Amino acid sequence: MQVHSFEKVWLGAALLLIVGFIATVTYGTAGAGVKMVDDSGGEIDPEAVKSGDTGTGFDDPGVVRQNDSHYVVYVVAQQFQFVPGSGDNPIRIPADTRVTFRVTSADVMHGFSITETNINTMVIPGQVADITAKFDEPGTYGLVCHEYCGAGHHAMGGSVEVVPKSEYEYNGTEVQN
Amino acid sequence: MVFVDSYPKTSKLVRRQFIVAFVALGIGALFGIVQALHRTGVFRGFVSSADYYTILTGHGVLLALVFTTFFIAGLFGWAVTNSLERELPQAVAWWSFRLMLFGSVLATVAILGGVLGAPTVLGQDLSADVLFTFYAPLQAHPLFYVGAALLIVGSWGAGLAYFKSLWEWRAENPDERIPLQTFMVVTTMLMWYISTIGVAVEVVVFLIPWSLGLIDQVDPLLTRTLFWYFGHPVVYFWLMPAYLVWYTILPKLAGGRLFSDPLARVVFVLFLLLSTPVGFHHQYVDPGIPAGFKTIAMTNTMFLLLPSLLTAFTVVASVEHGARQHGATGYVSWLRELPWDKPAFTGCMLAGLMFAAGGFSGMINAGMNINYLIHNTLWVPGHFHLTVGTAFALTAMAISYWLVPQLTGKRLRRRSVAVAQPYVWFIGMALMSNAMHRAGLAGIPRRTAEPTYDEFAFQSATGSVGEMRLQIAIGGTLLFVGAAMFLFVMAETWLAHRGGTLSVNSAIPEPLSGPEHSPRLLDNYKLWTAIALALIVIAYGPPLVSMVADGITTPGSPPFPV
Ligand code: HEM
Ligand SMILES: [Cu+2]
Ligand SMILES: [Cu+2]
Repeated sequence: MQVHSFEKVWLGAALLLIVGFIATVTYGTAGAGVKMVDDSGGEIDPEAVKSGDTGTGFDDPGVVRQNDSHYVVYVVAQQFQFVPGSGDNPIRIPADTRVTFRVTSADVMHGFSITETNINTMVIPGQVADITAKFDEPGTYGLVCHEYCGAGHHAMGGSVEVVPKSEYEYNGTEVQN
Repeated sequence: MVFVDSYPKTSKLVRRQFIVAFVALGIGALFGIVQALHRTGVFRGFVSSADYYTILTGHGVLLALVFTTFFIAGLFGWAVTNSLERELPQAVAWWSFRLMLFGSVLATVAILGGVLGAPTVLGQDLSADVLFTFYAPLQAHPLFYVGAALLIVGSWGAGLAYFKSLWEWRAENPDERIPLQTFMVVTTMLMWYISTIGVAVEVVVFLIPWSLGLIDQVDPLLTRTLFWYFGHPVVYFWLMPAYLVWYTILPKLAGGRLFSDPLARVVFVLFLLLSTPVGFHHQYVDPGIPAGFKTIAMTNTMFLLLPSLLTAFTVVASVEHGARQHGATGYVSWLRELPWDKPAFTGCMLAGLMFAAGGFSGMINAGMNINYLIHNTLWVPGHFHLTVGTAFALTAMAISYWLVPQLTGKRLRRRSVAVAQPYVWFIGMALMSNAMHRAGLAGIPRRTAEPTYDEFAFQSATGSVGEMRLQIAIGGTLLFVGAAMFLFVMAETWLAHRGGTLSVNSAIPEPLSGPEHSPRLLDNYKLWTAIALALIVIAYGPPLVSMVADGITTPGSPPFPV
């Protein structure tokens, strides 16, 4: 086959670019330690989530302290609110602390995205999304349902209040390890 | 001879297909401006925010599925007929057209039922505001799913007509190389067959029985995965026809010839191999899928850049060659010598230019880690209005200025409107898409009637949110004007009387480097299809097995009617 010499140069450059991209993405995911959503959250029966008898933290969603440096937040997404998160029930967590959000749905597909951060996951009925993060900056962050979930989808938002570690008061259940 | 006189039967079919495509484009564009004004808060008087999603479903289905599929069926019918020099097999081609049309009408009726108060049909509310991705467990009226299935099955029939044509030609020309246009059509259709299996299984095995109440639950992750198995390759089903135009017609419009036929074939084979095993890149942020499979999809996706980068080279080289044929010189100044007053040429060039920008935002989407920032934000429609909404749609409109005269035997009317139209689309899209990308970075979600929340307000690093909204509204309005200009030119041309000679014809000049320079192996479809399937088994086999291991409808969700 006849390949023009300019084409050969271009082909080489294109391949180099592609391998470069793959390398940076691989570094960005493995090297920099940004943990991705995967199948580690496991499966759950969406109808049990709805009726509150899963036998897990989703039956009484909220913040659960594991230890001084790790909190888990159970969030149930349902048409058209996050529990906790929406309205006057924001998610309150400490800054500079490892926080794992465990999110599932009681009905249809939703999204769970905290604005200005990389925390972004689909909320799929039957699946639990686990996503771990650490907030350096205290403040109020927006929480958005970004997947169409029905006629009230645009009303489905909430907020996450990140409180300086020293001021954080935990008033939920003690250690649930 | 004009195409319509050489091949009157195929011309008639292609005209019918184009009419359906243009009607879908018109309604879709109308819905588009309604959305652009509604979600930015500029004007919300057309529909309620609850009905916004019905309009958005109509926009997605009519533009991304109906307009594209009918236009492609027509373009491919023309390309196969033109390059094999024989009429399409009429019976199968017409039956496929009727099936596609019937399916599209059913789906559209089901969607529009939503704005007409959802009357009861067959014992269920007639509505389908499930968006064009129709993720379970939101449930539409069964007619919507049946319509979608018929549109796909009909498109399979269209492909059969092209294959039959090729087989008949083969029997008469056993030693000749497959003409390039037919080669491109057939490769695209093979890719389409392989990739539509996913959505066909999703709809026929799961969603139709479930919407009829025959099974009471489906696994939302499994149906979603089957959707995206099809959902990315469909993007290449839109793009490859645009590439066919850029490779085989655009060089001629520029006054030159295609640079390399062999490389064009390589590009299409690469698409066949790599298009399907990438769907997980739409599911980077999905729970329930191991990270390893997301990584495989990411790697394949990045390699899929290769055929597009090669295309950029060949198309630019061919156009440059065309300009130099007409005495142009210099590194950049040859650009000035190009026929910018030909609407077909200008439209294709501007579409290609925007596609380059779309390629960049696509690389961001493909990055498994940066994707977390923009997934399901307005960045995403910003991206695909550059690709399907411009690379494909503007190329389709532009080449219609060239094709429709040959299909009707009538000269293009309102030339000056046609010359301005691609620029209007380009400017409108530049505004709308640029603002959408930036709004996405600020976290503003897509598919939202009113992106304002009680609990917090969006902040943007670049410019104010209000200014972005305005840009989306102005851009969307210009786009609507662009679509209207196109339809106006088409209507005038179509309704005019025949007379005079056409300034265009379907003859395609020989490439600089012809098919004889490419190995015959390239035409071995069986081999390529086998490799494509093997790659799919690697990318999809294990995760699909694990999803169905606990039962194909478990963990399952009951329906939630919309
Ligand atoms: C008049 C021209 C157009 C305008 C004003 C327009 C406007 C819009 C807007 C504002 C959205 C975002 C809606 C939202 O997420 O809330 C959207 C979505 C979309 N547009 Fe367009 N658009 C136009 C043309 C096109 C074309 C030509 C295509 C494809 C061929 C297209 C395909 C889509 C698709 C697939 C969606 C996403 C639907 C979804 O998320 O379910 N649009 N459009
Ligand atoms: Cu939601
Ligand atoms: Cu939602």
